[in-house]
Amino acid sequence: MKEMIFRFLVGGAVVCCFSALGDIFKPKSFAGLLGAAPSVALATLSLTLFKDGKHYAQIEARSMILGGFAFFLYAWLVAWLLVRSVVIRRKFSVLAVASTSLVLWFAAALGFFYVAFR
Amino acid sequence: MKVPKVRIDVSALREIKWYEYALRFLFGGAITVGAGLIAKRWGPELGGLFLAFPAIFPASATLVEKKEKEKKAKAGIDGTNRGRTLAGIDAAGAALGSIGLIAFALTVWIFLGDSPAWLVLFGATFAWALVGGVLWYLRKTKYGLRLLRARNR
Repeated sequence: MKEMIFRFLVGGAVVCCFSALGDIFKPKSFAGLLGAAPSVALATLSLTLFKDGKHYAQIEARSMILGGFAFFLYAWLVAWLLVRSVVIRRKFSVLAVASTSLVLWFAAALGFFYVAFR
Repeated sequence: MKVPKVRIDVSALREIKWYEYALRFLFGGAITVGAGLIAKRWGPELGGLFLAFPAIFPASATLVEKKEKEKKAKAGIDGTNRGRTLAGIDAAGAALGSIGLIAFALTVWIFLGDSPAWLVLFGATFAWALVGGVLWYLRKTKYGLRLLRARNR
């Protein structure tokens, strides 16, 4: 339980730091880079290295490559849908687009995972 | 060639409300715990996927839209479309950042076995920033992706 609380605190703090960086950078397209910052990865890998060692962290990093490809597809879809919604004058809310598109992340990440590790 | 400029505006931090920080903290903490639990239950192969989960992206994009709408509302303009466009631009930036995320993961995977862990994590973060930054620059300059788009038109 203690470990989970520590994980929660470290993860929350690192994510907050990177998103604060995203707030101070202009223009918005550059600040958007921070939307895909390795915040969760840094927090998780640091803790994993202490507890489970280098080999375990390496396995996690290898899978993270697949998650990164899924993130690319997800962010590209969200960008396309939001810009498209303005063009076709549809009232898609940003939260609805960004949240429902997470289905693509799950599908892509698990699909890549299946292909790579089956 | 017009060089795109990156500015730092620290005063933007004052515009962020405490509950917005709290929300990010909550999402960030939750996904870090979640990734750990998944790795523990189903192994690091599956848990590793979640190190690149867009945990706080929906909240950040919504915040971008909200801020722009508020800004335009002060001037008596409906900022809905502008807010969505800015959130879309933010997402396009995140797409470039995600390629940096792949560089981060590759660096850790390749170099962690033989190098000090702190150095690898530092180098991987640098690789993420470098790849994301270079891609952003290429996208913005006329010798970059814009030129490719113009050729395809």
